[in-house]
Amino acid sequence: MAVCVAVIAKENYPLYIRSTPTENELKFHYMVHTSLDVVDEKVSAMGKALVDQRELYLGLLYPTEDYKVYGYVTNSKVKFVMVVDSSNTALRDNEIRSMFRKLHNSYTDVMCNPFYNPGDRIQSRAFDTMVTSMMIQVC
Amino acid sequence: MADAVLFEFLHTEMVAELWAQGPDPGPGVSAGPRRVGGGSEGRDEKGRKMNLSVLEGMGFRVGQALGERLPQETLAFREELDVLRFLCRDLWVAVFQKQMDGQRTHHQGTYVLQDSSFPLLVPMASGLQYLEEAPKFLAFTCGLLRGTLSTLGIESSVTASTAALPTCKFQVVIQQP
Repeated sequence: MAVCVAVIAKENYPLYIRSTPTENELKFHYMVHTSLDVVDEKVSAMGKALVDQRELYLGLLYPTEDYKVYGYVTNSKVKFVMVVDSSNTALRDNEIRSMFRKLHNSYTDVMCNPFYNPGDRIQSRAFDTMVTSMMIQVC
Repeated sequence: MADAVLFEFLHTEMVAELWAQGPDPGPGVSAGPRRVGGGSEGRDEKGRKMNLSVLEGMGFRVGQALGERLPQETLAFREELDVLRFLCRDLWVAVFQKQMDGQRTHHQGTYVLQDSSFPLLVPMASGLQYLEEAPKFLAFTCGLLRGTLSTLGIESSVTASTAALPTCKFQVVIQQP
């Protein structure tokens, strides 16, 4: 269902980025890069608003004509960005939320892996499998 | 629920192993650099200091992972004080099954976290006996605090001190960017 999934470290460099190979990958890299500004905007806006509830899920960051971009920030300032095909209107908000929750769980597992150095690119096969299951099935 | 005492035993063994006196006697797997056996007094001193930082490094990596896993369901932290409060409550409860007793702010960026009966020191003594041995039992926890803070975006340096077992104070100095 997702067309591109990216995990960005708190210093704003990518830890993991994967998109459906049939499309132009560079386009997705650019989209994720521009979405980082929107993420920062949303996070600082939340900080100024004196709202008690501070959610990790950021919601729709910005829509383009073909795609919609969703964001999620963890407490450790690691950002997950997901690009979804706009034509897939059946995707509801709570489905996106559950996909982000799965991403967060898998990322936490990667962090707890003693062979993983925090800050390196994510090379865990388990993480890859989980992302594959979330991405669009192009037959 | 895992028994708290399992971690205490593991921690005691870690300290004992990384604090081996003199030449390395046995097949223990040490994470730190191996000292050459039969060294001079000076090298022995340096060896011990190195091992404290090895313990601290171990705690750091564990803290980094914990800092990712523990706040998973909680809402985003708004400020430094929230993070410190999380350390004293959720982190301490998760690792030691009790909350930390006191938290004080001395001045900008320095916090003192006090635990009046630190679980890793309780089985040793109560009072002034073994006071000079205490620091090596606190090194891992200092690293733990530093690692968790680092994952949550705060660079700091953590030192620990005891006046009398089992009370101990952790001083967290936040590095200003």
